[in-house]
Amino acid sequence: MTIALKSVGSRQLKNSLARWLITLGGVSVLFTLVLIFLYLLYVIKPVFESAKIEPVHSFALNNQEKVLATGLDELQELAYTIDEQGRIQYFALKASNNVSVGEKAFDLELLDQPLKRVISGHGDKKLLVTQDNNIQLVAPRFQATYDTGTREIIPNITYPLGEEFIAVDEQGVALQHIAFAMNDERAVFVAFTQDGRLIKTNLLADDDFSYDPAYSIEYQEITLDSKRVDEVKVTPDAAMAFVRSADRVFVFDLSTDDNELKATIIPQLEQNRTKPQQLTAMALLSGSSSVLLGESDGTVSQWFEVATDNGREFKKIRSFDVSNTEAIKQIYTEQYRKSFYTLTAKGEMGAFYTTSENDLWRGSFTSKVPESFVISPRANGLLMLNDSQLSLYSVKNDHPEVTWSALWQQVWYEGYPEPDYIWQSTSGSDDFEAKFSLVPISFGTMKAALYAMLFAVPIALAAAIYTAYFMTPELRKKVKPTIEIMEALPTVILGFLAGLWLAPIVEHNLPAIAMLLIALPATVFFTAFAWHKLPKEIKAKVPDTWAPLILIPTLCLAAYCSFALSPWMEAAFFGGDVRQYITNDLGIDFDQRNALVVGIAMGFAVIPTIFSMAEDAIFSVPKHLTSGSLALGATPWQTLIKVVLLTASPGIFSAIMMGLGRAVGETMIVLMATGNTPVLDWSLFQGMRTLSANIAVEMPESEVGSSHYRILFLAAFVLFVFTFIFNTLAEFVRQRLREKYSSL
Amino acid sequence: MNKWFKSGSPWIWLSAGGVSLSLISVLGLLYLIASNGLSYFWPSTLYQFDMVNQKGENVTVIGEIYDRVTVPAEQLAHLDMDFKGEDSVERLLIKTGNRELVPLDFRWIMVPEIVKTTTPKDLVVIERRTNGNFYGFIESLYLDGKEVSHERMDEMLDRVTELQGQMEELQKVDIGAINYQIERLRLKERKYRLKDELTAEREQAIAQELKTLQQDYIVLEQKLMAMRDQVSRDHMNVRAMDGQVVKIGFEKILKIQTNNQFGFFEKLGTFFVQIANFIIDDPREANTEGGVFPAIFGTVLMVLLMTVIVSPLGVVAAIYLHEYAGKNAFTKLLRIAVINLAGVPSIVYGVFGLGFFVYMVGGSIDQLFYPETLPAPTFGTPGVMWSAITLAILTLPVVIVSTEEGLARIPSAMRHGSLALGATKAETLWRIILPIASPAIMTGIILAIARAAGEVAPLMLVGVVKMAPNLPLDGNFPFLHLDRKFMHLGFHIYDVGFQSPNVEAARPLVYATALLLVTIIVALNMTAVSIRNRLREKYRMLEH
Repeated sequence: MTIALKSVGSRQLKNSLARWLITLGGVSVLFTLVLIFLYLLYVIKPVFESAKIEPVHSFALNNQEKVLATGLDELQELAYTIDEQGRIQYFALKASNNVSVGEKAFDLELLDQPLKRVISGHGDKKLLVTQDNNIQLVAPRFQATYDTGTREIIPNITYPLGEEFIAVDEQGVALQHIAFAMNDERAVFVAFTQDGRLIKTNLLADDDFSYDPAYSIEYQEITLDSKRVDEVKVTPDAAMAFVRSADRVFVFDLSTDDNELKATIIPQLEQNRTKPQQLTAMALLSGSSSVLLGESDGTVSQWFEVATDNGREFKKIRSFDVSNTEAIKQIYTEQYRKSFYTLTAKGEMGAFYTTSENDLWRGSFTSKVPESFVISPRANGLLMLNDSQLSLYSVKNDHPEVTWSALWQQVWYEGYPEPDYIWQSTSGSDDFEAKFSLVPISFGTMKAALYAMLFAVPIALAAAIYTAYFMTPELRKKVKPTIEIMEALPTVILGFLAGLWLAPIVEHNLPAIAMLLIALPATVFFTAFAWHKLPKEIKAKVPDTWAPLILIPTLCLAAYCSFALSPWMEAAFFGGDVRQYITNDLGIDFDQRNALVVGIAMGFAVIPTIFSMAEDAIFSVPKHLTSGSLALGATPWQTLIKVVLLTASPGIFSAIMMGLGRAVGETMIVLMATGNTPVLDWSLFQGMRTLSANIAVEMPESEVGSSHYRILFLAAFVLFVFTFIFNTLAEFVRQRLREKYSSL
Repeated sequence: MNKWFKSGSPWIWLSAGGVSLSLISVLGLLYLIASNGLSYFWPSTLYQFDMVNQKGENVTVIGEIYDRVTVPAEQLAHLDMDFKGEDSVERLLIKTGNRELVPLDFRWIMVPEIVKTTTPKDLVVIERRTNGNFYGFIESLYLDGKEVSHERMDEMLDRVTELQGQMEELQKVDIGAINYQIERLRLKERKYRLKDELTAEREQAIAQELKTLQQDYIVLEQKLMAMRDQVSRDHMNVRAMDGQVVKIGFEKILKIQTNNQFGFFEKLGTFFVQIANFIIDDPREANTEGGVFPAIFGTVLMVLLMTVIVSPLGVVAAIYLHEYAGKNAFTKLLRIAVINLAGVPSIVYGVFGLGFFVYMVGGSIDQLFYPETLPAPTFGTPGVMWSAITLAILTLPVVIVSTEEGLARIPSAMRHGSLALGATKAETLWRIILPIASPAIMTGIILAIARAAGEVAPLMLVGVVKMAPNLPLDGNFPFLHLDRKFMHLGFHIYDVGFQSPNVEAARPLVYATALLLVTIIVALNMTAVSIRNRLREKYRMLEH
């Protein structure tokens, strides 16, 4: 009645509204999947984008004096110049209330003496060299104040070594080249004088340079085998000095007073070159263990110390072809990352990253080497001075350390003897070289999945075959749900049991585990044979469709015997301790939480998945096929092998695929049952780290938007794609199978 | 023999072996969890071992037997232990408690060293708020400094328990509410300031309110201080296993048990009380002792929220697939999407949830609606709402598949009948199909709940924590705090079993938690399966 009273129109409207809403709901499922896919891609994408360098502003400097050095603050609000007269002038890089871009904002007197040169050191420190060969160390700093209600940047100058002038050379001779490094305890200056001496001057802090600039001075001379020096560099930790001279670089160990010559790098000898090359530029990479050498043929090579049979030696690690024709004029390195910029005489500029061998950017902004080139402290800007024109460039280069090849190929990391696959995402220090190789963790995923499948597939398929084909319907009704209950068990429980209960048991009873492999099948055969020989009367009472139940006690007994015999086996064959036998006699590392434990635990998690689907596939083989085969005289076993399994094989394949998909993505079991060490080793007795466990461990600690964060998303994406392939394949096969059966 | 082999019978038996192994592992697993989990609640016998150790000294060890292992004598040889003429030695792991007296509250003892084993009737186990259990003999009781008889122990303990309850109530509910209101006032002020609407009037009103709150706070705090004095009035002297007498204040005591005096029924009674306490108590000692109430609460709340989201979506999607979608490539694609949603590793959902919901959607919500709390995030951080949404996507295919199966079992004659009588498709769905399919939908929802209750990996990224200071539901407006983090049973197992400093001590608790979780999940699954089976039977009858 109520329906009839309503107008037809409103009913139709409701009907079509419902259709729309339901369609929308249905489509939203697909939308969700696509959204996940696209969102993962969206997060990953920036990692593979190349760098962008673009001009921001450029303005002319109107001062008369020659500018010796420039610099800028962290947020790129102020740039400064230091000129010959010892003045430091600040220019606005961002327009604010009272100044526009390029206008002079501050003007300070650094010192009242004319300057000869300014050398930039690590961090914000600048070394001023006066006309009369004295030096002074300054550090221009910037402070944000909120006094007037708005944010304002106020520059100030600090003097890490005091305001007194320091004579680097005892004899007061003019300095040709100078380099320095300082920490809280000492400051080290290495210089090459006009009269051909290489000197080292040590300033030892009386207390600590971070709050007290008082020091005592110590002069030393370094024996150098050459009259020519082109460039001097000192590592920021003041451990080594690099002296470039024509075609070679001398490396001195500064950590002792002997200033011993540690090595001589001669790139010429490294490879068979036809033309003799000169070294034209040199720079130290952040982290103070690598040196970059630019050569006259336009290549840049990276060198660091590697442990070899003859002790530690400098080796050429990799090289970059920067220019085909021109010599490298300058190399500039970033403070915290392994990026560097190159410049040729014609102003061709390039940006590179060493670890990933990433060719980030090439181009040119000037027609010659700029008078000054500064990388902003956050490495997101460049400040260049060329022909009295000060120009700011923005740099978008957030993920230089990631390239496709660095993720999947061997990379030679600093301090390692050879290229390797390493995953080590974080460390305590700032200038740490992140090692992002997805190979070890992808390998771990495959290893875990493989061992799990080795364990699960035989048991699950055997169980599926028996349940679907031989079991009576009454028993099947009980057995199938019981095994499927296992699928519902939370994996966190399986993982916990694997890690805390199974792992110690496996460790203490290794012989028993090995024996089970033989004992269990053997027991089945013996039981079967004994059953076969039993008198008919007993067999008639208990049908052999009860085989699984008959086997339960015998299998339990066999397992019990194996474990009881285990200590005896251990004493008889392995000298009382299998663990020691494995580590000492076989030389295999043994972890308590190893692939064996994971294989068993994850196998249990996968068995119900495979069992359930394979059982369905076998059970739905049309009955007339088997009846036909049996009627023609085949035994049940022959029928099973030749007819049933053959027909159901696509279904079994899709069951295995689904199981594999589950094993690949499983997180909690591997997280709890392995040591989570990213090693590349198939050993049964070692752990692994999988993609999923890696995400679970590192994701909560990774900084949002960092390369690490994005690479973890990439790991998730790889997992997504893996399982997508397995599942789609399985579903495809199953759909075709269904069509086939329905036609039979 | 050869004939027997040819018949294929051994191979059939071998495949039967697969079934047996699967059954053994399932039942064995359930038995393992159940026995270990339940033994945690059973009051165990307290032993006193009088021993003579290798150096010939007399030692007394008091405690519960935790584990026993047989070790070959050779392995002990390099520990400078010598047991003449024995191949293997039995070792006992004893929980000795008394954490303030000994460095480790567990100790291995060698059975051959034991001279005498007794179970003294007056041996007690004192469960304490901090420092774990204490095993010993009660020497004397002191009421406000004066010695009193042992009979008054229960009375004194009851008094302390009641006071502690009141203090907790005061601290959590009353003082908690004031703190919450003060924080809200601060945010209110900041909000006005951000919008430039902070007039002098408003400022004064806020200051006034703040003042009242602070006065209330002082009153409550004084009350609390007074109660603290009250609660620590009594103490007892207890003699530990090495003869040392330790003073234990009653305020630290939760329970005093004389297990050795218990008969079977008393033990059974204690057993059930312990189970109840485990379920309703808060965890203590970095989750390694006490109950799991916040974890149960968090799990249930999250799962309920998830159900609210996933049910309509899953049912609508299933109806679309079965009733509306045509037989075309798009439908095939949709089915593949459903299968894939079911197959995508759960951790991927966690990553997606963290990136998309927490940082992107949550971050935007914060900027739009909660600018006053920034930079501290409100929704832009993992929380119970994001967990529920993430798990809703994860369990969507479960509901879809189950509902669709139910729809497929409804005879088409019912639809045709309804349509023939003039009902529109929507009316047929709403009045005929859905009511009949409701048990199938129920099954799907139950299975989804079971799946969600056991899932841990994605939750680790989108909102679960080891220790949540506040429940997501409390007496402060707006009562349901969807932005809060929560505790979860599954994560509790992972955290206590693998991250706690004293894994050995925590292990029984982990088993107990695992048992609880398994019971919930197996029960849910069995319910779902039985509903489904009944449904199948019903429609089989309809078809004939």
